Amino acid sequence: MNIHEYQAKEILAKFGVATPKGGIAYSPENAKDRATELGGDMWVVKAQIHSGARGKAGGIIICKSHQEVSDAANTLLGKTLVTNQTGPEGLTVQRIYVEEASDIKKEYYLGLVFDRSTETIMVVASSEGGMSIEEIAKDKPESIIRVKIEAAVGMQSFQAREIAFALGLEAKAISRCAAAILGCYKAFTNSDATMVEINPLVLTGDDHILAVDCKMSFDDNALYRIPHIAELRDKTQEDSKETYAHDRGLNYIALDGDIGNIINGAGLAMASMDMIQLAGGKPANFLDVGGGATPEKFVKAFKLISGDPKVKVILINIFAGINRCDWVAQGIVDALGQITIEQPLVIRLAGTNVDEGMKILKDSKINYIEASTLEEAANKAVKALNDLENK
Amino acid sequence: MAILINKESKIIVQGFTGKIGSFHAEEMIAYGTNVVGGVTPGKGGQTHLERPVFNTVKEAVKATGADCSILFVPPAFAADSAMEAADAGIKTLVAITDGIPAHDMIKVKRYMRRYKNEERMTMVGPNCAGVISPGKCMLGIMPGHIYKEGNVGVIGRSGTLGYEAAEQMKNLGIGISTSVGIGGDPINGSSFKDHLVKFEQDDDTKVILMIGEIGGPQEAEAAEYAKKHISKPVIAYIAGLTAPEGKRMGHAGAIVSSKGESAADKVEILEAAGITIAKNPSVIGDTVAAVLKTL
Repeated sequence: MNIHEYQAKEILAKFGVATPKGGIAYSPENAKDRATELGGDMWVVKAQIHSGARGKAGGIIICKSHQEVSDAANTLLGKTLVTNQTGPEGLTVQRIYVEEASDIKKEYYLGLVFDRSTETIMVVASSEGGMSIEEIAKDKPESIIRVKIEAAVGMQSFQAREIAFALGLEAKAISRCAAAILGCYKAFTNSDATMVEINPLVLTGDDHILAVDCKMSFDDNALYRIPHIAELRDKTQEDSKETYAHDRGLNYIALDGDIGNIINGAGLAMASMDMIQLAGGKPANFLDVGGGATPEKFVKAFKLISGDPKVKVILINIFAGINRCDWVAQGIVDALGQITIEQPLVIRLAGTNVDEGMKILKDSKINYIEASTLEEAANKAVKALNDLENK
Repeated sequence: MAILINKESKIIVQGFTGKIGSFHAEEMIAYGTNVVGGVTPGKGGQTHLERPVFNTVKEAVKATGADCSILFVPPAFAADSAMEAADAGIKTLVAITDGIPAHDMIKVKRYMRRYKNEERMTMVGPNCAGVISPGKCMLGIMPGHIYKEGNVGVIGRSGTLGYEAAEQMKNLGIGISTSVGIGGDPINGSSFKDHLVKFEQDDDTKVILMIGEIGGPQEAEAAEYAKKHISKPVIAYIAGLTAPEGKRMGHAGAIVSSKGESAADKVEILEAAGITIAKNPSVIGDTVAAVLKTL
């Protein structure tokens, strides 16, 4: 789960990481009030969407008067921003953050992630802040510092200090930077984070260390024990169909093709999508319906897939293990008694009691195209699509 | 021989008396697996499925001599139960539970390092279908009847895609020595490489099939290891050629977040290590058959 920049800053501040002062606003008047409260003569108005790289997309505006703050808010609120992290459809700005402008002497990069190969927490830092870590890795790979932290004992002060020295900071700023790094580590481990990224981490004119922009992501599996973070979920920043599916216990990802599919198991779903592509088609989605293939689950899946205007053909591929093919077939038949779908339907069942399952489908009144292998299913789905287009 | 589990394995079930634990314990017993008892804290002394229930794994091991365990404990308590199994001297643990927080799994992995290599438990999963040595023992939730006994060692992340491969092989008359489902989580108990090592030493295994997917470094690490240390032919299929970058494809670990983690990159790395690639999921069985013919 992702959260907004201002929310991540609030969390980091609780762990002793210094951030610029700021306030959230939902209207231009709001924004002006925040600027008045903050005082000073320069402010940054920042679009709050679940994405980095907002600056390049015009989502961050520097203002020198209250009127400019109000104008910036007016420009950003309701606007759809497309960044290299949002996908082509972009994300809509529903709230903005008004922040005091920082006196930036130098920018650094600081990130914390899991390192899957060593099963430790990896701190990544660079003296080349402001660019994305991908750009840094490409242009200035020698500037990247990586330190692995053994989670059982936690991060030690010397490790944070080593990073601060390696960044080339002046003596005055070393302990401040080390404190910020340790604070990020504590925030990461205390809130079941999967990623903390501060970019830029800033050295100010008076040698203080400030987290000027930051992103945090959290482990969905741990949300049950971090309710204060779970409640920050912002559904306006998610794909509406993915949210609908997620709230109904389905694992769904929207893609840009036209063959919708309903599959059990994540690996088999990915494999089926690959087969569709090899057969010359394009999958419209990833959907794992999971184990229990009840009629209710198929109704939900059919609603989700058949309601998508992109979807021209639907492919069902179920490999039944413990949930037998006859139960799955009955689930499909019952679901189609409750909901009508317009698209041609290709069904492939395999595994336990496959013959009984196929017989139930044949004896029912549902209109479908039968397939017995993964390859045949993909080929028939693509053929059904071509037949539609040639009509 | 097979790896991890065989006919002599003595199995306990953690989360034995729960609905899911009971259902799968019955399936395993019906398959012929030697389930000797189970653990549910607070229900020690009872009898369930004609087998004794214990309060702790240590008690169960002491009374039954169990050396393997399967875990059906809910996610919030699963890491604790896994460490309990490690401490009680269990040698092979299969964790079926889906949804264990990654921070908890890091703790489990670190905890297990307190034991010497030869005494250390092998944890399979979490978020997996389990392990089966066909005809001998089933420690998992898979449909046992689709696995034929034979000499292909299988390591895979996904449950149903593993079933697909097993059925394709069975239809071609090809059997399996042991099939290990390592699970779809980002931090898992054991990796492709861990099981390559075991299959290399197993006399029953002639070839090894890896079924991987996008995300994480494990397939690439296995490729590097296989090139140097595995003398048996290795075949691989990688799912997710059409998966977009940065999206989590169902499995918590199935996300492309850096170079070398996409399906295309992994296929390239595996091929460069001399591993035979099954080009698509419908030819996994055929690819294994072709390699077997060359032996």
